[in-house]
Amino acid sequence: MTGTGKDPAATSPAVFLEHQSYRRRRLMDAARLLPLLGAGLFAVPLLWPGPKAAIVGDTDGLVAMSDAITYIFVVWGVLIAASVLFGFGVRYWARPETPPETRQG
Amino acid sequence: MASANLLVLVSLAYVALLFGVAFAADRLAATGRGAWLRSPLIYTLSLSIYCTAWTFYGAVGYAARSGLEFVTIYLGPTLVMIGWWWGLRKLVRIGRSQRVTSVADLISARYGKSTLLAVCVTVLAVISVTPYIALQLQSITLSFSIFSADGPPGGDTVGPNVLWVASGLAVFAILFGTRNLDANERHHGVVTAIALEAIVKLVALLAVGVFVVWGLSGGVAQTMSRIDASEIGQWRVDGGRWAAITFLAAAAFLCLPRMFQVMVVENDDERHLRTAAWAFPLYLLLMSLFVVPIAVVGLDILPEGSNPDLFVLTVPLSQGREGLAMLSFLGGFSSATSMVIVAAMALSTMVSNHIVMPIWLSSRGGGASQSGDVRNVVLRARRVSIAVIMALGYFYYRLSGGGAALASIGLIAFAGISQILPALVGGVFWRGATRIGALSGLLVGFALWLYTLLLPGLGAGLMPDSVLLAGPFGITWLRPQALFGITGLDPIVHSVMWSLTLNVTVFCVASLVSFPSPLERLQGAQFVNVFDHSTGLRGWTGSVAQSEDLMIMSQRILGASQAQAMFLREVALQGGRGQFPEPTPAFLERLERELAGSVGAATAHAMIGQIVGGSSVSVEDLLAVADESAQLLEYSSQLEVKSTELARTARQLREANEKLTQISLQKDSFLGQVSHELRTPMTSIRAFSEILRDTEGMKPEEKTRYATIINNEALRLTRLLDDLLDLSVLESGQVSLDIRSGMLRDVLDHSVSSALSGSDRPLAVRRGTAQEAAPLLCDLDRLAQVFINLISNAQKYCDAPHPELTISVHQGGGKLVVDFIDNGSGIPADAQSMVFEKFARVSSDKAGGAGLGLAVCREIMHRLGGDVRYLGGQGGGAFRVTLPQVGEMVAQ
Repeated sequence: MTGTGKDPAATSPAVFLEHQSYRRRRLMDAARLLPLLGAGLFAVPLLWPGPKAAIVGDTDGLVAMSDAITYIFVVWGVLIAASVLFGFGVRYWARPETPPETRQG
Repeated sequence: MASANLLVLVSLAYVALLFGVAFAADRLAATGRGAWLRSPLIYTLSLSIYCTAWTFYGAVGYAARSGLEFVTIYLGPTLVMIGWWWGLRKLVRIGRSQRVTSVADLISARYGKSTLLAVCVTVLAVISVTPYIALQLQSITLSFSIFSADGPPGGDTVGPNVLWVASGLAVFAILFGTRNLDANERHHGVVTAIALEAIVKLVALLAVGVFVVWGLSGGVAQTMSRIDASEIGQWRVDGGRWAAITFLAAAAFLCLPRMFQVMVVENDDERHLRTAAWAFPLYLLLMSLFVVPIAVVGLDILPEGSNPDLFVLTVPLSQGREGLAMLSFLGGFSSATSMVIVAAMALSTMVSNHIVMPIWLSSRGGGASQSGDVRNVVLRARRVSIAVIMALGYFYYRLSGGGAALASIGLIAFAGISQILPALVGGVFWRGATRIGALSGLLVGFALWLYTLLLPGLGAGLMPDSVLLAGPFGITWLRPQALFGITGLDPIVHSVMWSLTLNVTVFCVASLVSFPSPLERLQGAQFVNVFDHSTGLRGWTGSVAQSEDLMIMSQRILGASQAQAMFLREVALQGGRGQFPEPTPAFLERLERELAGSVGAATAHAMIGQIVGGSSVSVEDLLAVADESAQLLEYSSQLEVKSTELARTARQLREANEKLTQISLQKDSFLGQVSHELRTPMTSIRAFSEILRDTEGMKPEEKTRYATIINNEALRLTRLLDDLLDLSVLESGQVSLDIRSGMLRDVLDHSVSSALSGSDRPLAVRRGTAQEAAPLLCDLDRLAQVFINLISNAQKYCDAPHPELTISVHQGGGKLVVDFIDNGSGIPADAQSMVFEKFARVSSDKAGGAGLGLAVCREIMHRLGGDVRYLGGQGGGAFRVTLPQVGEMVAQ
């Protein structure tokens, strides 16, 4: 096992570049999926017992406002943090990745 | 207590500060020193005009009424911003590459620069946004009234206040929003002022929030328990509304003219989105963080019946915190003013570019080049539009009486403006979307929105109660708030569902059914594939005579110096001299974009069209464009094939040339050799014949000797000429073979006896007769010629004391092999490869023949389908003759 366990990047630089552009694409995928994830998480409150339960009088089953606030804001914060990470991820390659638009100015 | 006068003073001071900031920023940008004005931070803060007075005051009121539902207004934009890589990036890229001036311009440009569509979007935007502007005026007035009510009697000043506020905002918007004609140019002054206001409102709301949580409630934990104990202490949000309003907010975030203005038109750098993608959601989060606590505390400590929309102001006031209340007032004031200014700017651009300009153009009829100064017309149109929009907002406010809750007006506006979404998103992502589709979808959605939401919302004045309750003409299925009998739905959800569903459906169906014009298809391809090709396709043709007209027109729109600079740049670019560039399609395209930055795509297109005489885009052109890449590919592959073909031909030619050169050389040397061979016998014949002629009294035996020499030489010449003829006949392939069947032994017998007869040199021939009984089917005479030649060669050149020739015959591999091996010293190795060449003689001393014999042999054998070659390593001279066996020959 040890004989074959050489670092591929050391032997062929092409593999290393491949790897980087592969990461880049997955990062883009992640960026595209992030709003879907956000929409899904923000849709969770739809499943909580709502006003209909309240009409029945089952107020005990309702989610407390403090919990709801905590949930919403934590999800919100997580999404922002993920967006920050993505922003950092793309800060170096946003330029080469996007075709030059200054050419036609 | 703060008096109304103090309040007015503070407001005026604040507005003066904004003026100063805007002015300074414009100056900085003009001198090129304001790099920070173009920072992502300013961009993010300018996006905060999304948070209007509705959000500043209204969110708390919303929370006090419906709990956490208010947060949906922020969640939608958050999702849009987080998904910037998908949508906003493309939108901004399109906006920049097409020099889009407004959302109406974008949609019009996408659908073939359609003026009608632009007008529709503009009208829709004005109708939707006017209530929104009224809302801002209302909130400012309400906040004034709070202070006024507590101060000296002055409640009656509210009315004039609104008028003053509206006028002041209009003046501000006119001063800073219409300085440059090029709407596509960045308004650094306004944007910077807005950024400042964004900070003020955030700080104000956070300050009130901190005061409420830590000052009044005593910490986070206590606040949370206080929230749970309040009347909004449980999750009671309607699921439908939660989803619908989130979606609505996301849609409005994209479609609202003012959001489009700051997000796309004022965008300086696409990469700012990267920062805004997290910074703006963070801003929204901070703006909504303390909303619920403020609402709960307000409900708790303020008397029953207080307006929850004003808790942000009244809570600090009730605690005697006038400074905080003043800050909070400024925050609300900031929210309202920034929104109104940008909305008025965006709407005025739309109105002037898409309504005033087309009317003005068509009223002039004659053409853009002869009419008056367009710049002034456009600027005046914009200023008047701002004033008119503000007036509309004011009158809406006066008419509606300012009674409705802030949030509901805002939602109605959101639902209205969202009708643009299908055309916008469809146009950006779907090439099949057509003008007809966009127009019909928009109209259907707009009509439904009017019918189901706006008119019922305005109250009994515009829609009779009977229609609302029983439907028009008593058709209950058409009740505005319960279409097709769907009752029990929230009016907003109901309206959004129906209007947007039908909007999308009609948009898609009409797009699928209709056929787009060439220009539409061109624009569609450019929009949808904006990342592939940002440069436009050419659609104009022109002639030199029109350049002057173009210049006159451009001067009127862009201004003399800018237009001249652009024309000179174009002249330089085209490498020509003189004042006017050639009106090439590329130049016209750039000029149109430049003009579009000032007056919008549709108008610019129409104006150039008036001068140049119409766009030359035809379906054929489009097809050509579409096929271009395929054709290029095909062409290049054809070229490749041709080039390889050429390379092959060249190689063949080169080879042929080499061969020809070689042959020519061979011919030269052959001629030289032939001449030489002919001259030697000729010389002796001449010499001896002269002796015979001139010598008197010659002995008869001497005569005989000389005559014999002459005869021998003549024979040698004849032989040489025979051989040459033979060789040339054989080489040219004109020889006719006399194919007969026979036995190898007979041919050998004949050859040996012929070769040895009349020779004085003895040669013993040893033969293996058993093998020689092989049948032959070939030209036996020619074969015998080869054998004779080989045998006589051995006879002539074998240098052994007792010359001996062994003729052995083998068969195998479909070949009949005859070896002629003598016991002499053989042919030296370096000469072996030469023996079959013409005139090749191994030794010069025994000049018996012309050196053509073996060459003739080889030619004969090749003709007979066999071969003859020298066989090394046999102890003497050895030649191998190879013949096809009879069976093989028959088979051939």
